[in-house]
Amino acid sequence: MKPLTTRDLVHCALFAAIVAVLGLVPPIPLGFLPVPITAQLMGVMLAGAVLGARLGGLSLLLFLLLVAAGLPLLSGGRGGFGVFLGPTGGFAIGFALAAFTVGWLAERLPRRGSLPSLFVACALGGIGADYALGIPWLSMVSGLPLEKAALGSLTFIPGDLIKAGVAAFAAATVKRAYPLAAAH
Amino acid sequence: MIELRNVRHRYGEREVLRGIDLTLAERRVAIVGSNGSGKSTLARLLNGLLLPDEGRVLVDGLDTRSDARAVRRKVGFVFQDPDVQIVYPTVAEDIAFGLKNLRLPRDEIARRVDAVMARFGLTEHRDWPAHRLSGGQKQLLAIASVLVLDPAYVVFDEPTTLLDLRNRRRIAGVIRDLPQTALLISHDLDLVAEAERVIVLDEGRVVADDAPAAAIAAYVARMG
Amino acid sequence: MLGLYLHRDSPVHAFPVGWKLAALAVAATGLFFVSNPVAIGAALVGALGLFALARLPLGAVLGQIRPLLPVLVLLFAVQAAFAGWETGAATAGRLALLVLLASLVTLTTRASDTIDALERGLGWLRPLGVNAGKVSLMLALTIRLIPVLLDLVQEIRMAQRARGVERSALALLVPLLVKTMRMADHLSDALEARGYDPR
Repeated sequence: MKPLTTRDLVHCALFAAIVAVLGLVPPIPLGFLPVPITAQLMGVMLAGAVLGARLGGLSLLLFLLLVAAGLPLLSGGRGGFGVFLGPTGGFAIGFALAAFTVGWLAERLPRRGSLPSLFVACALGGIGADYALGIPWLSMVSGLPLEKAALGSLTFIPGDLIKAGVAAFAAATVKRAYPLAAAH
Repeated sequence: MIELRNVRHRYGEREVLRGIDLTLAERRVAIVGSNGSGKSTLARLLNGLLLPDEGRVLVDGLDTRSDARAVRRKVGFVFQDPDVQIVYPTVAEDIAFGLKNLRLPRDEIARRVDAVMARFGLTEHRDWPAHRLSGGQKQLLAIASVLVLDPAYVVFDEPTTLLDLRNRRRIAGVIRDLPQTALLISHDLDLVAEAERVIVLDEGRVVADDAPAAAIAAYVARMG
Repeated sequence: MLGLYLHRDSPVHAFPVGWKLAALAVAATGLFFVSNPVAIGAALVGALGLFALARLPLGAVLGQIRPLLPVLVLLFAVQAAFAGWETGAATAGRLALLVLLASLVTLTTRASDTIDALERGLGWLRPLGVNAGKVSLMLALTIRLIPVLLDLVQEIRMAQRARGVERSALALLVPLLVKTMRMADHLSDALEARGYDPR
């Protein structure tokens, strides 16, 4: 495996910080949707889409390490080990898998770097991977049957799809404005 | 002594330095030029952050291409925006960062950090988060964390651009008192006027190289 | 540093962080084998005793449990309906206990100490190719960048309000990314200018 360069290290730290900051800023209201969305999953998708699988996944591991250490960086000011043991812990741990999967897909889907390709990567990788971990976890910790846990999570999908759209658009713009970042 | 020998550099299609030949031996040299004149690129060539596409850059005879590590130890670099230069969350940790990279013994690191904090009035802020410092204090921290490495040369890339008048004067005072050779990239004509030699860069070429008064006059005339 | 830590002079605070983390791991694992509600109830009382020993205010305990309350109630109700109230009480009690113990560790340990301990722990992973020095630098950089980015977000939002742009996620993200990517370049230059060598 290629050793991490100084710039790789900085990029990982940067996106870990971006995810943290998106959890700290008040939820952003979207004009056409009545519910404000929390932006954190959008940061996760961006990390994967801009940095790629390896660095994106790494940057979210970094973020989770800081959360575990007790920094209140998950949206709503949550932090500490308790978060991971609780019912939504799987969604939090799923961030790292999600960023990795978004990056993995973004590197492999046809028409790499185009808006539709990035959108599919963000939607499938971001939402899919995060829910793949989050839903069974929720069911396990809360004792809810798996279908019920899945059904309950479905209500968040429309909001998450919008996040995927925004993340894909932002990533496509940044890749155009900043081709160096896509060179990974 | 820093020498640039027929240095050319381009970013893609755009040639930013078009044949620079300079021998810098004065204690205070300033480089001025409009935005995009190539002066920031020139600054980054001086300590090997960038390598020239053509030509050579020599620091005390060491080529930045082949002796990058030795050159970096000789040439410190202070950036325009301290927020991109401060690496660690707290003041003392940040100053220690460069020393740790040199793998110095722990007690020597502590001693040198303490000394440089005292020199720049940062001692009472030692465990402060860097983001709680004022703009002027942040720039002092950035300078302290470079000077603690004891470089022979210090390159300042627009060190006062983001500061208010009081802090400009404070940083100008710090630069004035440096025992080291300083190379100053700046738009701040008051600061530039204190140099011994002023080089004016335009579109990647040296268009004036003179004592401050004459060079600044040439620069102002070009800008007008 | 920002964190959830509450400073007190107590034996729980003074307990070495590595042991706290190890004890938490053991307790979390061990709890899966306990299904007797009375034993779990006793353990809960014990956990509250530890909170008292750590001199943490009751509010801190409630603050940790409150977001979990609806889940606990639901959990108890579902389990009680399907498998009897004993199972319901045991499952809900177990979750409450886990979260309380984890919070106890978080509230009584400085985040910087936990990070130090995690870094030392990562030293053991060196054979797997984990470079603890790089991880520790990245952690420090992240902590350093968070307040810088928060300021940047405020600044961007203000600029957009001045231009009358409706607050939108895109109008925030794109400038934030473009600006911070450039910042990242300068920051890596700055690291190398100060002699950082990633090897």
